[in-house]
Amino acid sequence: MDLDFTESENAFRQECRDWLEAHVPREPLASGDTREGFSQHLEWERKLFDAGWAAVSWPTQYGGREASLVEWLIFEEEYYLAGAPNRVTQNGIFLLAPTLFEFGTEEQKERILRPMARGDVTWAQAWSEPNAGSDLAALKSTARRVDGGWRLSGQKTWSTRAAFCDMAYGLFRTDPAQARHRGLTYFMFPLHAEGVTVRGVDRLDGDEGFAEIFLEDVFVSDADVIGETNEGWGVAMATTSSERGLSLRSPGRFMATAARLIDLHRRYQDRAGPALRDEVIRAWMDAQAYRWFTFQTVTRMMQEESIGADSSMNKVFWSEMDVRTHETALSIIGALQELDERAPSAIDDGQWMKGFQFALAGPIYAGTNEIQRNIIAERVLGLPRK
Amino acid sequence: MRFAFTDDQKMLRDTVREVLQRECPPEVVRAAWEGRHEGAKAVWSTLAETGLMGMTASEEAGGMAMTALDLVLPLEETGYAAWPAPIVDTVAVGIPLLEAAGTEEQKERWLPAAVAGRIRIVLSFEGQDVVAHAASSDLLIAERDGAAFCVPMAEVTVVPEQSVDRSRDLGRVSFDVGPRSRMRQDIDAGALLSLARDRAALGTAARLIGLSRRMLDMAVQYAKDREQFGKPIGTQQAVKHRLANALIEQEFARPLVYRAAWCLATSAPEAPTAVSLAKIYAGQAAQFVAKQALQVHGAIGYTIEYDLHMWMKRAWALAAAHGDAAHHRERIGRQIL
Repeated sequence: MDLDFTESENAFRQECRDWLEAHVPREPLASGDTREGFSQHLEWERKLFDAGWAAVSWPTQYGGREASLVEWLIFEEEYYLAGAPNRVTQNGIFLLAPTLFEFGTEEQKERILRPMARGDVTWAQAWSEPNAGSDLAALKSTARRVDGGWRLSGQKTWSTRAAFCDMAYGLFRTDPAQARHRGLTYFMFPLHAEGVTVRGVDRLDGDEGFAEIFLEDVFVSDADVIGETNEGWGVAMATTSSERGLSLRSPGRFMATAARLIDLHRRYQDRAGPALRDEVIRAWMDAQAYRWFTFQTVTRMMQEESIGADSSMNKVFWSEMDVRTHETALSIIGALQELDERAPSAIDDGQWMKGFQFALAGPIYAGTNEIQRNIIAERVLGLPRK
Repeated sequence: MRFAFTDDQKMLRDTVREVLQRECPPEVVRAAWEGRHEGAKAVWSTLAETGLMGMTASEEAGGMAMTALDLVLPLEETGYAAWPAPIVDTVAVGIPLLEAAGTEEQKERWLPAAVAGRIRIVLSFEGQDVVAHAASSDLLIAERDGAAFCVPMAEVTVVPEQSVDRSRDLGRVSFDVGPRSRMRQDIDAGALLSLARDRAALGTAARLIGLSRRMLDMAVQYAKDREQFGKPIGTQQAVKHRLANALIEQEFARPLVYRAAWCLATSAPEAPTAVSLAKIYAGQAAQFVAKQALQVHGAIGYTIEYDLHMWMKRAWALAAAHGDAAHHRERIGRQIL
């Protein structure tokens, strides 16, 4: 065990810090989940890409730095500590790309990865359907074989930022004779093609962060199938496990939130009292617990151990920690907690209420925490399914 | 950054695990509950043969000069077995403290015997005069008014107390604070004692992790075996989620304990904060798991004849020993706020 960072890891951290200090926008951008904010964020993403920071763990040929997992975690710590903007390329870089690295063809990687990381082509996930949420295998959208490709039909929903994105990916039923998770295929498809209608849906916090996608005989060529036909479930599960496991929410994000909470407490401690002080300490400690848990996980991954269903524990922990941390902040703010973004008297520009609303989504997305707890009980503890 | 144990460290854990599995089944814990400590003491001798008791002593003293990091996994196993013995006091804290702060005479008299596993040491830090296993131990190392003392148990008055965990054989210790038992005065006793307190807290945290794991194992097994409504209760989502929550608490405490062990082993400046984090999370996890395990067992868990209660009560005792959550949270609060 060696929990010190190596010299080169420290040098990497310094390089991240220096670059971010010089380049992170001084004024916060508008929310990346609004049309206006989305394009502001893309400008920032381009800067990140051009300096080689968009996807540090990727091979250099796709614009990465071949950073180790530990270095990636270091980058994330520095990124969020510097107050850099949330990543609107997240669902491409951290969800689709890992799948492409594992299942994609050379042609697909060449064509898709660089524009994705540079924000030139933006990607939305299209997992859920109106009647397939936690029970994703109940999905009904279909892909029909035609000359040279497929025709997609059906409806996808809760598709993050799809109202502003260029492309999406998701599962479609290619063999209607097969039930549930069999007979599904993983497709990438355009959002601005004939037969596609995208309708933005305002989320709890008022941003148009969600969208519904309606597909009517949308043509997709064979080049946009990932993995084998009818094997899409396995391909998709690889993605959801990386989503929960690590790449969706690294510790750096929560360490930064805890640091901001400590700063808030410092400014308003007179009204906070000892119970809230304990909660502030707890928020900091939870972020530390998540950090060390993650370093342990990453060591296992670097030793080629599979982390499997352990990633479900990870997801439950960070999502519930994030809600608690924001609740503590709102309690410190007290009577003014209802003040929204841009309210003249809002403390920290209402970002805690905004963040609270975003945090509330955590236990729901990427597989609800109820489903995660089933997975933990069945696959880690070995409790019987029925 | 590499967060993993070496093969040697895991091998040592396995050795201790095998000894405890063989020689410290629940009946041995239960016997200690009834005042019969022979079984638990026999385990001490067997573990001494593996060299465990001398692990933390220097090589000159016949030990292996091992660190908290080497010791943390074996200590976790002693928690798993609920072995009732002052192993943390003796090996994690007492022997290194005796070696660092004992007079030549004290070291000559006690160190070789401790390293060989012939004597047991217990600790009494300032304000902590209720001590487990005092009556059955040989030497008391105590802190009084900032000074360290090394007192043969024959010169210590032990007034029996009663722990909810009977196997702890609890007593209130007192002794004459005289120059004869004073430890070396030409050294910074404050620093050594504060290191000793951290070692005790970390050792206790390691045992707590082991206790958690055992209680969770028991509850999972019970949920698989016990049938109601014609199927195992473990098929019920309410039971599953309870146990999933228990696992999460436990598994997020564990790396904090290992990291604190590394910090102590390397004298890292963040060691005190790391130890406090470890102690808080390990204590919380053990108490949380205890509660879930009890609920999953139902009425049978709420009896003295079933084994679970011995682990639960140990968890309650250790969660507050060597600094409860409030104490350690305050220590962290002073650092970060």
